[in-house]
Amino acid sequence: MGRILLVLRLAVRDLRRRRAEAALLLIAVLAATTTLTLGLVLRDAAGDPYQSTRAATVGPDVVAGSGRAAGLARLAGLATASGVTEHSGPYPVIAGKLAAPGRTSDAQIVGRDTTVAAVDQPKVTRGRWVSGGGAVLEAAFADWLDVGVGDAVTLGGRSFEVVGVAVTAAMPPYPGASCIVSAGCVHGAVPDGRDLPAGLLRNPGLVWLTQADVRSLAPAPDSLSHVLNLKLADPREAQAFVERNGGEHGGAVTMQTWQSILAEATDLAKDSQILLLIGAWLLGLLAVATLAVLVGGRMADQSRRVGLLKAVGGTPGLVAAVLLAEYLLVAVVAAAGGLTIGALSAPSLTESSAGLVGGAGTASLTWPTIAVVTAVALGVAIVVTAVPAVRAARSSTVGALADAARPPRRTGWLISLSARLPVPLLLAVRVAARRPRRVALGVAGIAVTVSGIHVLLVLDAFLGGQTGTGAYTDAQVAVLRHVLLLWTVILLCLAAVNAVVITWATVLDNRHVSALTRALGATPRDVTVALASAQVLPAFLGAVMGAVPGGWALLAAISTITGGDGDKATPPGPWQQSGLVLVTVLVVATLTAVPAHLGGRRPVTAAL
Amino acid sequence: MNDAAGTPVLSARGLRKEHGTGPGLVRAVDGVDLDVGAGETVAITGPSGCGKSTLLHLLGGLERPSGGEVSLNGRRVDGLSEKALARMRRSEVSYVFQSFHLMEELTAVENVELPALLAGRSPRAARRRAQELLDRLGLAGRSGFLPCALSGGQRQRVAIARTLSNEPLVVLADEPTGNLDSAATLDVLQLFEELRAAGQTLVIVTHDARIAASADRTLSMRDGALVDEPWPPGGATGHRGALAGLEG
Repeated sequence: MGRILLVLRLAVRDLRRRRAEAALLLIAVLAATTTLTLGLVLRDAAGDPYQSTRAATVGPDVVAGSGRAAGLARLAGLATASGVTEHSGPYPVIAGKLAAPGRTSDAQIVGRDTTVAAVDQPKVTRGRWVSGGGAVLEAAFADWLDVGVGDAVTLGGRSFEVVGVAVTAAMPPYPGASCIVSAGCVHGAVPDGRDLPAGLLRNPGLVWLTQADVRSLAPAPDSLSHVLNLKLADPREAQAFVERNGGEHGGAVTMQTWQSILAEATDLAKDSQILLLIGAWLLGLLAVATLAVLVGGRMADQSRRVGLLKAVGGTPGLVAAVLLAEYLLVAVVAAAGGLTIGALSAPSLTESSAGLVGGAGTASLTWPTIAVVTAVALGVAIVVTAVPAVRAARSSTVGALADAARPPRRTGWLISLSARLPVPLLLAVRVAARRPRRVALGVAGIAVTVSGIHVLLVLDAFLGGQTGTGAYTDAQVAVLRHVLLLWTVILLCLAAVNAVVITWATVLDNRHVSALTRALGATPRDVTVALASAQVLPAFLGAVMGAVPGGWALLAAISTITGGDGDKATPPGPWQQSGLVLVTVLVVATLTAVPAHLGGRRPVTAAL
Repeated sequence: MNDAAGTPVLSARGLRKEHGTGPGLVRAVDGVDLDVGAGETVAITGPSGCGKSTLLHLLGGLERPSGGEVSLNGRRVDGLSEKALARMRRSEVSYVFQSFHLMEELTAVENVELPALLAGRSPRAARRRAQELLDRLGLAGRSGFLPCALSGGQRQRVAIARTLSNEPLVVLADEPTGNLDSAATLDVLQLFEELRAAGQTLVIVTHDARIAASADRTLSMRDGALVDEPWPPGGATGHRGALAGLEG
């Protein structure tokens, strides 16, 4: 117990002693854990609310529909088919046009009883259930129309008062509603210039009226379609029931299982989840790069502390435990922060589930998600800390007490080459050559960032081109763009932290060399430009690697994972890629300017 | 203290350096007046912490004084910008440090040529000059060695060669034999004597009586101030003869 307390006390004291570095560590891990949490939370984002909605509305296991008079008899037969325990309907359905103030949409209008149904009784979230002359709108459809209880809408030329807003599990929320009318429906944006067949509904919303009102709107009894909701003894057998009863597409009766409704309801969340998980892995790589630099710098600074611990009797195990404990503490705090922020912000990325009961953030922060995020945070900390901690623990006590600096690497050809360069570049190349592993981490960090930005640009251009192609609706494009924006912001923040951390580590590591070169006649400006250039040169290399092979590789990986067609993506043009490289270099130069300036002006005598 | 042998190349008037404020005020250098003539070797001695190194830093522009003046070749340098001070260190004032301060990843010749490269000389000219200096200092066979492969005396010789790279007006040496054993100390003393004989202006901070004895003038410092001159008490200024005291 005493040893654990000692380890914790030493770890906390050291973190408090170097608060800025601790904060940077925290930010780096926090960004990765937040994105990972978002990705994992969204995995169940629509799933859990759908299950809640199914429970609250006595959701059907199979929804059967028919657009023909002959089909009505088949529907009646299904109600008594083997395996069916409950049913509601068949209910009449007509296709119509709904006009609300400011917006017009196609709609599927279902005639319902005013009494409670045994299966699929939509849950009213605002107002009350249908009554004569009163319409109830599906919640996501009402949100899109921006109408509420008390507003008037026009259906088939007749005015109805919106008396309620409700959710159902019998079909996915707007705009993904299943088609239950004989006229047929088309979902997504309609390609420009394409003529749709007459009567085909475009992104229809769902409206409930009384059966009498629906029948009165129908121009003829034949124009009615019907829908039947079935509850099975074993919901898991829904697909087998459909196959057994001939509910295949194109028949007189069409059937949809609750599992397929669930899959459609979660489509958008899945796209968002894929984007976020890819972002999380990229951010994880960046976090590893940032942490490796920070840990390397801190370990170098802790050499004397290690020597003191060992000199007073600390075992190598105790020394390693103290060094590991610091980073594990930061990782635990970052995991907790990432889980909280991710869970709280997930609902803003699941607008597609507005038509379901409950929100994503309330239901989907599960124990497995908590475990995965915590394990990743701890894993990152252990991966970057273990080797330096064990190395420090095994180091000679006398050497550690002497606080000998880690010897720099000599790269002879670079030193010879740099002699031909102007003074700031001469110093910059030599600064970079002293720590090739740090340079490699810097190059990797920038390459990962630029690859991510490359993909973001491609995806954004792809989404921008979706208006008029039919793949996504405007609302879906808005949600996915929201995800991309979040991804971009976190990626850029962490990349910025990474650049500053690497520069600062370089400044600290080169304190003595910078002071010495100034004592030998280099100006503060020479040293400042050298320290900044030592970051900008690798940044240029990383940006080129990220823009050309990295971006393409990442895009190909996303296409493979999502099953998408990468050929449909418009690649950035050469000028866009050049611009990306240029902007990256300029941003890195700007970010590194302040730490480099501070490093170039540190008092010479103090460092010597 | 204006009795320097020749025209003052380096001079200080009322030079002060203070750290802290109020009751915590420390006067590291307290009103130093000093003139160093061209070609003169001046040794500054005194106990640890008396302000010798700080005085050297002030004279070479590595630290800014709290008050007083520093002049180099008759030109005030205490108010120069950092950039101008850096230029001054490139060509007019150069340092030898107690702990050598060689760059570990550079070979001996690469260390020596560095000031010339910083001063904008061509790589070829800088290398030629560095090689000449190493030859002159008896390190011809060691020019491609890294500092870790050199003895302490050899490292200090490399550091001195680096100091001479740009032919400075004044060399400021801070305990140049402080980290050396006896044999290496003799080596360095010999080298300083050669520099003195060649007319190089030297200001050497030292604890070593042999270096002090070989200087043209020796100044003693206590609590930030020069308290005793000339050295030894009653001695005369002027050339005291090379390698005085070395035989012991």
